[in-house]
Amino acid sequence: MTQLKDTIFIDGKAIGFTEGQTIMDAALSAQVYIPHLCHYPGLTPSGNCRLCVVEADGRMVAACTTAAREGQQVSNNTAELSAARKAITQMLFVEGNHICPSCEKSGNCKLQAMGYYLGMLEEHYPQFNPHRALDASHPDIFLDRGRCILCGLCVRSSHDVDKKNVFAIAGRGADARLIVNTVSGKLGDSNLDVGDLAANICPVGAIMFKEHGYVTPIGERIYDRQKISDVALNEHVLEQKGDKAR
Amino acid sequence: MADFMADHLLHRLYRLQEKHRHIPFQLMVEVARESGLPVSQVAAVVNFYSFFYQQPVGRYHLLFSNCTSCGYQAGEVNLLALLRQQLSIVPGQTRTDGVVSVDETSCIGMCDHGPSMLVNGAPIVNLDEDRIRQLCGLIAAEQSLDRWPADWFRINNHIRKPGLLLNAPLQSGGSLSKALAGDAQRMLESIVQSGLRGRGGAGFATGKKWLFCREAEGDARYVVCNADEGEPGTFKDRVLLQCHADALFEGMTLCAYGIGAKKGFLYLRGEYRYLLGHLQTVLRRRYDSGLLGASILGQAGFSFDIELVVGAGAYICGEESALIESLEGKPGIPRIRPPFPVTHGYLGCPTVVNNVETFIAAAHIVQDGSDGFGAVGTEKSPGSKLLSVSGDCRTPGIYEYPYGASIQQVLDDCGATQVQAVQIGGPAGSLLAKKDFNRRISFEDVSTGGSFLIFGEYRDLLSINRNFARFFAHESCGFCTPCRVGTRLLENSIGKIADGRATWRDVDEIKQLSRIVSRYSHCGLGHTAANHILDSVRHFPGHIQNVLAQQAFTPAFDLDAALETARQLTQRDDADAHLE
Ligand SMILES: Cc1cc2nc3c(=O)[nH]c(=O)nc-3n(C[C@H](O)[C@H](O)[C@H](O)COP(=O)(O)O)c2cc1C
Ligand code: SF4
Ligand code: SF4
Ligand code: FES
Repeated sequence: MTQLKDTIFIDGKAIGFTEGQTIMDAALSAQVYIPHLCHYPGLTPSGNCRLCVVEADGRMVAACTTAAREGQQVSNNTAELSAARKAITQMLFVEGNHICPSCEKSGNCKLQAMGYYLGMLEEHYPQFNPHRALDASHPDIFLDRGRCILCGLCVRSSHDVDKKNVFAIAGRGADARLIVNTVSGKLGDSNLDVGDLAANICPVGAIMFKEHGYVTPIGERIYDRQKISDVALNEHVLEQKGDKAR
Repeated sequence: MADFMADHLLHRLYRLQEKHRHIPFQLMVEVARESGLPVSQVAAVVNFYSFFYQQPVGRYHLLFSNCTSCGYQAGEVNLLALLRQQLSIVPGQTRTDGVVSVDETSCIGMCDHGPSMLVNGAPIVNLDEDRIRQLCGLIAAEQSLDRWPADWFRINNHIRKPGLLLNAPLQSGGSLSKALAGDAQRMLESIVQSGLRGRGGAGFATGKKWLFCREAEGDARYVVCNADEGEPGTFKDRVLLQCHADALFEGMTLCAYGIGAKKGFLYLRGEYRYLLGHLQTVLRRRYDSGLLGASILGQAGFSFDIELVVGAGAYICGEESALIESLEGKPGIPRIRPPFPVTHGYLGCPTVVNNVETFIAAAHIVQDGSDGFGAVGTEKSPGSKLLSVSGDCRTPGIYEYPYGASIQQVLDDCGATQVQAVQIGGPAGSLLAKKDFNRRISFEDVSTGGSFLIFGEYRDLLSINRNFARFFAHESCGFCTPCRVGTRLLENSIGKIADGRATWRDVDEIKQLSRIVSRYSHCGLGHTAANHILDSVRHFPGHIQNVLAQQAFTPAFDLDAALETARQLTQRDDADAHLE
């Protein structure tokens, strides 16, 4: 087979890429969806959720952290990968306290949307029911760690984009928790602002605005109307920040 | 001369832990201020490492190993249960009088000494019922540790079978002067020629690694010795650090010469802190002899310093990129690789990370030439390998074999009879049954970083699986979903099977789960965490069949177990406090 320069093949489809792009970058530029939760275009990838794992030239790699390489053969839409992604999504559900029916994020939540997309009908694994502290000390924003999936998007947004370094993840293994970088450990003592990327990027209902409830009715929310596989093709931090320059 | 990085974050925190027996948030804030770090980084580090506590531990803090060889269940009696009863204490909680606390810890590398624990960080070995009772007496009398029987703290080297490395002691500075007589490139070529491969487990070609590092772009280069030795059942680095530290530092210095590094680190696992004084003595001697520091052996322009950094209880810090994170004063979370440490390591600079044994082998190769080295072993695995042999055998200890030795030979040499299974390479390695005892220790057949655990016929293998599953769940760094959540689920599932509450469905389920954890995780810990379960299912299906419940389905939820909290609160454990 002749190898095109600067081309990878995702499920057989030829996709161009430019030097320095990851498999995820190349796929998204070509409007090809690879499931992802901890990645957000414009932020440095982390590779922690593992939803985006693909088989590239026979190896299992995270698409968001793996460089695209000439002629690379990538499998993305296979039965095995879909089953594993569903299992990983289920893991994220049982690990936290996801109260979908009473969560204000319902319908706008990516974890829930991922569940829909992957045809997840039950949680499958036993619930962990962790005790995780809630932080309501900030006047405008509350943090419910029970719903946090430890994706680190708020950590990276705050550090790299907002330049405030409000969040970090601490604790080992199942004890991993989101912490706040203040001398009290409380969000209220941070300079997090409702306009910050970190306050807006949470894919689930862990970082939420106070006194904002049900402005958009259930049924008319983002993932009530569109699939995550479509929405995710047009995301970028520049738009999140309201910057229309791009 | 700086041989100990006193201001390293881990060391600062260690001193606070020693002084206050815990590190409350207020102190973290202070440390952050003093060291100019974000509070969140200090808090993340305290939260990550097992040997830092946020609640005060006792004045006597006992950490019992839970390894299958040096743990509290290595013998016939559960010594932790005895300890718990004797001290009237609940593991994980400090007794209300503040005198004593007891908890479990992962393998402390004393597998050749039977049941062992760390008492305020110092290893006590050869524990049995008697010793536990005496020890409880000493604690009751609040006798200070330096007045406890000295032989409890005596650690032997147990070198049972020396080979290529252990038989030929190196002369201090010998290989270094030989290397300095020629150029660095020549020395590197001899390492490449020898075919030396890393002894830490992965087996990457050492010469190639050093060459890559030399050629990589960067302002500075670093040499790091991985002395984290966390794989349960491994203790050969402990013995090498005790007996061959000089050769190790010589190997590191050769590497520095080869790649052009001015600085090196030895990352010592926290469990081996007792070796720190010895290592510092050896280092000082080398500085005094002009084998370290500026103008080594009179060669102007060749300077090299080695600093010691001590970990604080985290198996994952043996993974090279997690180790580097830890060196940088952060939680040990493995980096995205590539880029690998050879190009982007410590502080983003090209870094060689090698195992203790690898550096020592390199020093031998430079001194004695690569031919002698290659004459031993197999074609793809030249040289010899130190095995840490423990478990059900007469003479546990260190055995050095040319690569290619069979498992049966090792079993014969250490006096292991009626062997049911061996676990090679630790919980992350392979569990092998009798039919595989003719297989060979080598990179091309059964590869190992050094752990060789023997399980006699009387052992309940499912309890071994349970032990290993617990180990991985405890040691997962928590960065990625499949491992953070999956290792916990595996621990629960194997528990359900071992308790006889599982059906064939659960076996299918655990196989699928194992596959996801091993294929989708971020690093080697997750990739190998389910090996022992898959091996058990494959090689010992009978053990599992025997305990399966004869019904189509049993719930994951154990009603009786759920009442445990209530039982503890009411301090009851009688029949009426149970469901059946
Ligand atoms: C979870 C995990 C733990 C590891 N622990 C150790 C260890 O304790 N000691 C070690 O030398 N290598 C360990 N390694 C391997 C290192 O990542 C690395 O490959 C090794 O230090 C390279 O040195 P070598 O080439 O001399 O073997 C570990 C790897 C993983 C994935
Ligand atoms: S709070 Fe939200 S954005 Fe931050 S780590 Fe948790 S889930 Fe991710
Ligand atoms: S596989 Fe486990 S140890 Fe490795 S990064 Fe993931 S959670 Fe951490
Ligand atoms: S999106 Fe790649 S690992 Fe999370």
